[in-house]
Amino acid sequence: MAKITIDNRDYEVQDNLTIFEACRQVGIILPALMYDDRLEPVASCDLSVVELEGAKELVNACTHVISDGMKIKTQTERVKEARKKVLTSLLSEHPLECEHCSTATQCKLQIYCQEYEVTQPTQTAKRKKFPLDERNPFYIINPNKCIACNLCVRVCEELQGVGALKLTEEGYVQRKITVECESCGNCIDICPVRAIIPRKFEEEFVQELAVRDKAREEKKTRFVKTTCSYCGVGCQLELVIEQEKVIDVKPVKVPPNNGLLCVKGKFGHKYINHKDRLTKPLIKKNGKFVEATWDEAYSLIIEKYRQIKNKYGSNAFAGLSSARCTNEENYLFQKLIRMVFGTNNIDHCARL
Amino acid sequence: MTNSIGEILDTDLMFVIGSNTTENHPVIGNFMRQAKKRGAKLIVADPRKIDLAKIADIYLQIKPGSNIALINAMMHEIIKNDWHDKEYIAKRTEGFEKLVEHLQDFTPEKVAEVCGIKAKDIKKAAQMYAAADKAGIFYAMGITQHLSGVHATMALSNLAMLCGNIGKASAGINPLRGQNNVQGASDMGCLPGDLPGYQKVYHEEKRRKFEEAWGVKLPAKAGLTLSEIIHGGENGKIKFLYITGENPMMTDPDLKNVKKALSSIEFLVVQDIFLTETAVLADVVLPASSFAEKDGTFTNTERRIQRVRKAIEPIGDSKPDWVIYTELMNLMGYPQNYQHPADIMAEIAALVPEYAGITYERLEEVGIQWPCLDQDHPGTPILHQDKFDRGKGLFVTVDNISSAELADYDYPFIMTTGRNLYQYHAMSMTGKVDELNKKSSESYIEINAATVDRLGLKDGDQVKVSSRRGSVTTTVKATDKIAEEVMFMPMHFADAKVNYLTNTAVDKLAKIPELKVAAVRVEKV
Repeated sequence: MAKITIDNRDYEVQDNLTIFEACRQVGIILPALMYDDRLEPVASCDLSVVELEGAKELVNACTHVISDGMKIKTQTERVKEARKKVLTSLLSEHPLECEHCSTATQCKLQIYCQEYEVTQPTQTAKRKKFPLDERNPFYIINPNKCIACNLCVRVCEELQGVGALKLTEEGYVQRKITVECESCGNCIDICPVRAIIPRKFEEEFVQELAVRDKAREEKKTRFVKTTCSYCGVGCQLELVIEQEKVIDVKPVKVPPNNGLLCVKGKFGHKYINHKDRLTKPLIKKNGKFVEATWDEAYSLIIEKYRQIKNKYGSNAFAGLSSARCTNEENYLFQKLIRMVFGTNNIDHCARL
Repeated sequence: MTNSIGEILDTDLMFVIGSNTTENHPVIGNFMRQAKKRGAKLIVADPRKIDLAKIADIYLQIKPGSNIALINAMMHEIIKNDWHDKEYIAKRTEGFEKLVEHLQDFTPEKVAEVCGIKAKDIKKAAQMYAAADKAGIFYAMGITQHLSGVHATMALSNLAMLCGNIGKASAGINPLRGQNNVQGASDMGCLPGDLPGYQKVYHEEKRRKFEEAWGVKLPAKAGLTLSEIIHGGENGKIKFLYITGENPMMTDPDLKNVKKALSSIEFLVVQDIFLTETAVLADVVLPASSFAEKDGTFTNTERRIQRVRKAIEPIGDSKPDWVIYTELMNLMGYPQNYQHPADIMAEIAALVPEYAGITYERLEEVGIQWPCLDQDHPGTPILHQDKFDRGKGLFVTVDNISSAELADYDYPFIMTTGRNLYQYHAMSMTGKVDELNKKSSESYIEINAATVDRLGLKDGDQVKVSSRRGSVTTTVKATDKIAEEVMFMPMHFADAKVNYLTNTAVDKLAKIPELKVAAVRVEKV
């Protein structure tokens, strides 16, 4: 353990942490646009600079490792000025057009600019306007928003193991032509400025922007943590809900997936609110389905249950349960089959 | 899984057999790629040169139906060279002498031809597996959907025990579950011979526990399995069938006969979120709610029990499945008083020892891996750490059994089946997502480019694929991914339902159909 002082308070923390990690352990979150604890730390953005007692230069907290007795200051004027400088320089690359940006309020750059009272420099037209990359069916890359933090390139290379993205010499993200993207969308969720966004925001929700903004104002966007409904990995994710519709999915950084998702988990949620969902019980009459009430459907089931039980006994019944339903539902289903129907003729699709 | 997904990052070796991990369990696939970058070795055995094969240290392009031959030959080589873990074998296992004797004939040279690979590659794989300190085996339906599926899993257990890899971090035997809650549905007793928690129906004491809790007498004789149930309609055994969230009209082998069987059932109830191919055959269809509309838990492939949380109200008049069951039981004269799924979990915890310590409060931040024996038990990331359930691990000797169907004059190719990255199972969910359909919406058959040539076909041609049970029409995808005598079709697509072709022959022990091997013929249309 190492004894350190942060902003005049003493702490005892693990050895060999970076200053950033040490601060986080004691509840101080330093600003950083290029940091992710799943990736090897790199000193690229300098937003996380701090002052060390006895040191002439400011140091980068993302890479500088603590030592016993270190005295760290995270909020001095000098530190704030340095951070302002970094933000100002980033803004020369990134237009601060938050009012037109469909992803506002989720943008780290915007949050830091407000916190450090940095506004757009007057000379913004340094970069030419690049066209959007709309080739992928799931997401759009807007190079004009890219701040070249490299996180998307690194998540694709280091965590996804694909390496489909690169930074151009001009300093913005681009899809490689030679590598096939797996459309996992993990670049979207690591991007601090949302330069890569799910396509559906543009396609389906732009026309509803006024409605959406109003909803946001009233804080009606909800995030509900749950478990993915696809394969057996059981990734943890957040459903993003607006107007009682699932509009997006975000990964959660806990086991088992540690903040990663795949194409189905990230983008395969549209079935939930799909128009073909069954909304009413159906009863077949003369070979055709007719909509029915729950009472009618239940009555018919109970009538048939009594008839068949009386005539053929318990073993004429069987149930096939669902590997997509919850534990509680699977438990209740086998209880129904065993307790009410009186048979062990119950199975599910584990084998298929 | 005997081990946890997160442990993959620290493994020394991964032996992936019969699992196309990066497409079917993509996030586990990512962890494997990360482990590879960190220096772990990778052995891949699969009839198709899947994505992981491209980064493998050794890739074994085995013929479908030769898993056991390969595993036995690897063990033969390990024992011959004295690479096995003698201390572990002596302390933790029994039956080793018998295994040694049994493996005598499985020389890499003899087996090479059965597997369609080189003996030296088998030897290399054996050496590499044995040399690794922490070696994890990962498998899926490529192991189990065979006549000898259960035996193949036993062969893998033998291999893992032989090198002391069970009960150790970042090692083990790790079956990857195909659907979100296959593990949980099994845990919860949706099996013909098992009450919740794998407590056998024939075990009087266990059964009595449930009889007392539920206040009824329960049947002691094991019931029928899935395929027996479905075909019970035809032979008159089953009159009333209740299917929830399952689509046998897409997923079961030999669909022609599945349809006949389901149609002859007197009363069929189907509960689902969409009007599936199976629901169409029902007498009553009940609209269920999706996972986003209800509370509950799923148990993942590493036995982690995780929360499902209600995010939106049920769509239309649909109801969560647990509400439907509760209401039905109440109306049928078996009153149930559940106000919330948490009440059901409390009942599960009281009856299933592995779930005894589970409450929703404990699952709030991160899920817990069973067994979780009481409120203070932290869960179990690694199984069999100090001993096996039966005490000592038993080496069970198994032989390689030929598939039920082999290529012959009339049906000269072996077709195997699987999934791709962009679709899921029978597509009732992913098929509703336009973007996923843009990536993959139509069926195809992967055929080796040389075979395509030899048959006078070309990439993109429409072909009729026939087996002894039926025919479908689909599109040729010429590839170098697959051997010349083997073909592959995905199971997803309704435009060419692959299960019209597949074989109903089942593994005698698990009754799992041999969906991975069917003899077929291909003709241009």
